[in-house]
Amino acid sequence: MAKEEHRIVKGQVTVPYELALGRTWSAFYDFLKDERIMGKKCGKCSRVLVPPRSFCPRCYVDMDEWVEVSQEGVLETWVYVNMPFFAQEIRIPFISAQIRLDGSDSGFIHQVAGIDLNDFDRVRETVKLGGRVRAVWNPEKRGNILDIAYFEPVD
Amino acid sequence: MQRVAITHVAQSSGAESRESLMDFTYRVNREVLDKAGLQREDVGCIIAGSADIFHSGLSCANAFDWDGIGAFLKEGSRAEESAFSFIYGCMRILSGRYDTVLVTALVKGSENPDNDPITSFYGDPFYLRPTGINESVVAAMQMRQYMERYSVTEEQCAQVAVKNLGNALFNPCADRKRRVSIEDVMSSERIYDPLKALECAPKSDGVVAVLLASEKRAKKLTKKPVWLAGYGCSMDHFHPGDRDLLKGRLPEAAKRAYGMAGIAYPRKELDVAEVCEPYAFQELLWCEQLGFCGEGKGGKWIDSGASRMDGVLPVNPSGGVLATNPYPARGLYRIAEAALQIKGEAGEHQVGKTVRKALAHSTHGFGGQCQSVVILSA
Ligand SMILES: [Zn+2]
Repeated sequence: MAKEEHRIVKGQVTVPYELALGRTWSAFYDFLKDERIMGKKCGKCSRVLVPPRSFCPRCYVDMDEWVEVSQEGVLETWVYVNMPFFAQEIRIPFISAQIRLDGSDSGFIHQVAGIDLNDFDRVRETVKLGGRVRAVWNPEKRGNILDIAYFEPVD
Repeated sequence: MQRVAITHVAQSSGAESRESLMDFTYRVNREVLDKAGLQREDVGCIIAGSADIFHSGLSCANAFDWDGIGAFLKEGSRAEESAFSFIYGCMRILSGRYDTVLVTALVKGSENPDNDPITSFYGDPFYLRPTGINESVVAAMQMRQYMERYSVTEEQCAQVAVKNLGNALFNPCADRKRRVSIEDVMSSERIYDPLKALECAPKSDGVVAVLLASEKRAKKLTKKPVWLAGYGCSMDHFHPGDRDLLKGRLPEAAKRAYGMAGIAYPRKELDVAEVCEPYAFQELLWCEQLGFCGEGKGGKWIDSGASRMDGVLPVNPSGGVLATNPYPARGLYRIAEAALQIKGEAGEHQVGKTVRKALAHSTHGFGGQCQSVVILSA
């Protein structure tokens, strides 16, 4: 018997959103335009969080002090993404990574690039946990997180 | 204190359903009421576990869900994490206001986008999302740290998929069931290295309904009530970078649940566990954090065979989330499966020993941000 047709309704919807960045993140992105990575320091636990927050999520108090952190840091972990997914604008393969910038107390999520990403075996030799990476700036600044183009391994 | 029992459980077949979501929901709820010999009117309160837009294409999806669950004229509520739906239902009984509560979780995963685009929207649009984050990316970051810090091997992580997909062969309600070898898992596509395709959960259709009752009512409804013995929950920070991905909140959630259940030695006192492992290695990490083995010993734990169907503490005899992943419903699935093991009604995947105490675990958010643990007892 022929397979019964599976009747479905197809749908795709586009709806606009306008989400406020807020004062702290607006300032953070303005600093990025000047190629400076700024965090905020908690007066209670002394942690420096990047990206900055207006309040310390742990101590639950206002965070007022801006602190500039290094553009270099240590690779805490990484993943070689080889899977395209809908609405993802970054071309595969790419490396998502968590970086502990010198002078900060939180992991900074960004990408590692500047090496031949198509040769996976080479990538595994070059990209190491605990290895050092450095920010590479996008010459064109848009006031968003991709003003840092990526982080490259430092040897 | 008032006690809460699970009296009856029903769940859908694991195969992709061609029924509409409303009909799909109705069939399973009708079944659980029939098992209990109840009509819709006899149920005190309804709690749903379902998700909005991304997992259903519906906004305020509970408005759509209520008819299929039989909620007309009733009091009710909903959570998107179905382990929370369960505990909200238990609280309704504990309040003394209701003798019976129907908790139902539902989704048709086959109808909506893949998990990765959906979970990329967990990320905020200011920072995380533009950098390419989704649940699988963070899980892969967590896996690399886990292997590096504790010298757990990729093969040991792969063994979880081998075990769970094999267990699923004995579960008629499982979605993905395959006898696979470590080599099959290791050679499956490296989609998020170090995560391989067979180590990532599928996307499944699923409805599960759990009928709760007060002690007095439960004893009239069934010969084998399953009691809520403990519950604990704990949340971590939103940003993955604000946490140590290997030191999450599960130990705290487990401590609260074990404390309430009076469990001092989980590995000895628990007879079976259903653990939420959308990524294979997470079962090992969660087992450590639940106290089944020592910190960093997850690799040795899987090697020992302790978590196999015939082991000292079987983990995911149902096949777990790696076999069946009805996303918002998966927490309630774990609870339902743990209850079936205690009732002795798990069928072909019933573990060999008598089950008196069982653990069910659920997690959501990047890298196990939010954790809940439920202890059930005979
Ligand atoms: Zn603080």
